[in-house]
Amino acid sequence: MSTAFGFRENQHTADWELEAWAADFPSLLEQSARGMYTLSGMRLQVGSRQRRTIKLHGDDAESLLVGFLTELLWLEQGEGLAFDSFSITVDQQYNLQAELGGSAISNLDKEIKAVTYHNLAVQTTEQGLRVIIVFDV
Amino acid sequence: MVNFQDLKRISDYEWEIPKSFREDMRVPVRLFATRAMLEDVMKDKSLEQAVNATTLPGLVGHVIVMPDMHQGYGFPIGAVAATRLPDGVISPGGIGYDINCGVRLLGSQISLDLARPHLDALATSLNHFCPSGVGQKGAVRTSEAELIAVCRQGSRWALKQGFASEADLRRTEEEGCVEGANPDKVSVRARERGRPQLGSLGAGNHFIEVDLVEQVFDTTAASVMGLEQGNLAVQIHCGSRGFGHQICTDYVEEFQGAARRFGIHLVDRELVCAPLDSREGQDYLAAMRCAANYAFANRQILAHNARKAFEQVLAGKVKDWHLHQVYDICHNMGKIEMHIIDGERMKVLVHRKGATRAFGPGSPELPEEYQSIGQPVLVPGSMGTASWVLIGTETSMTQSFGSTCHGAGRLMSRHEAKRAVRGEKLRQDLESGGIHIRTGSLAGLAEEAPQAYKDVDQVVQAVVGGGIARKVARLVPLAVIKG
Repeated sequence: MSTAFGFRENQHTADWELEAWAADFPSLLEQSARGMYTLSGMRLQVGSRQRRTIKLHGDDAESLLVGFLTELLWLEQGEGLAFDSFSITVDQQYNLQAELGGSAISNLDKEIKAVTYHNLAVQTTEQGLRVIIVFDV
Repeated sequence: MVNFQDLKRISDYEWEIPKSFREDMRVPVRLFATRAMLEDVMKDKSLEQAVNATTLPGLVGHVIVMPDMHQGYGFPIGAVAATRLPDGVISPGGIGYDINCGVRLLGSQISLDLARPHLDALATSLNHFCPSGVGQKGAVRTSEAELIAVCRQGSRWALKQGFASEADLRRTEEEGCVEGANPDKVSVRARERGRPQLGSLGAGNHFIEVDLVEQVFDTTAASVMGLEQGNLAVQIHCGSRGFGHQICTDYVEEFQGAARRFGIHLVDRELVCAPLDSREGQDYLAAMRCAANYAFANRQILAHNARKAFEQVLAGKVKDWHLHQVYDICHNMGKIEMHIIDGERMKVLVHRKGATRAFGPGSPELPEEYQSIGQPVLVPGSMGTASWVLIGTETSMTQSFGSTCHGAGRLMSRHEAKRAVRGEKLRQDLESGGIHIRTGSLAGLAEEAPQAYKDVDQVVQAVVGGGIARKVARLVPLAVIKG
């Protein structure tokens, strides 16, 4: 983790394991979303931009993270949309509001079946926050 | 972390992690594998995940792990766990997101000699009739009312639509329809995802394959199944598509709260569960059965379309181009079954995640023609390698809740496979080996490279050595269609 924020793929025998890190929780959500799209080989169409607002509540940071990424998968698979612009706020009670900007998907190499809770824990580090997410593919 | 010295050897093919290994284990883990296979799986977290699975409330017997085991999420892939009714738990993660992922095998009287000139055309035609690939819509458009009928009726719905025969249904696990499905327990999102995808293969490791029956090991059983050495067969591997994925996602989320309410301590939140006799448990069971029936109907439509492809290419060129159903099995499923555990006959919920039901001879659940031989078990190998037809045994009933392995089992991550293998080179290698390939993604092809998987022959040897299956026939691929 040489930079303040980012993501990378870790080895997992059957599924996909994504490690994401950032200074704060909204940025961690953004990095996780960008990482998920990158693993999928997501590419957006050039042209007409779309905006969506997501409002979610989680019982804790982990459930909010799963809920947010699951919502993005729903928009991907239900509406054919993906996003490259994120403005996310999360309050102390784990209420999230995300303003998303993106467009229709031009290419998707791989379908993610689900975001799992497997050993999911948002951890505090010296630089901020870190999480490892396993996706079922 | 589990080390080799933690294992107790039962036989060359059977091992145990005793309950004493970790304080929170409720039952031991029983492993069907050779020593070499176990040494391999110790490189990932399969065994740790199997130990975690033993902490679920209400477990009976052992948590069973098959030789094709590999690291998953929550449960390892290749696991079987049974919970006592009525208050043992049901765990959506112990069944998996692709509910009723399974395999269908169709046999034929078409000899390779006659079919050989037409294999490339067959591959093209199958690819045309059977939609596959990321985000691909299905061959059938369904209304909301039709989707509800699919949820309730499974393959029976397909029969009414002209996609199936009575013989197909008889030779399908549960006759292609699990009772107790309730579409009211399925979310709007799951229904929206399910409606456009019926009759599609999907991507990942799902495939349709034209095979050659290369070798028969049990002529009696093979004859009952209509499999003859030198003839073609067709395998279809897929599940409940986005419909099942969404149902599992919905209930894993709902169960997070339920587990807290029921005071269930979880070592991993993906093992989330609820007592089967709770409202939450019953709701998930009813929704899961909808996905199971959707998957039966899905494979039935694909089988119907595979028959159309064979007719288009082979009618008038061979005498009999028909494909008859050998069997259709589930390998991601939760089923209520009767088993004898520690001498006591009891009703249990059997979770099979990457494991195949393998009922022995005489099981009343089997069609009449299979009563004497046992249930056909379909074990697809990795792309380009062999697949197996096995049968369940008396021993599988007593040792593994009537279950056996489900495939070769991954050895290498998808990332590693793509680094080690170039999709285009792999396609050339397979085609130069006489295998016709149709794929929507060369990267996806590389992920499924044979070297990314265990040797299926060794996996089969381990379950046969452990007594939980018997060999009937070995199949080798001639044409592969994958998304």
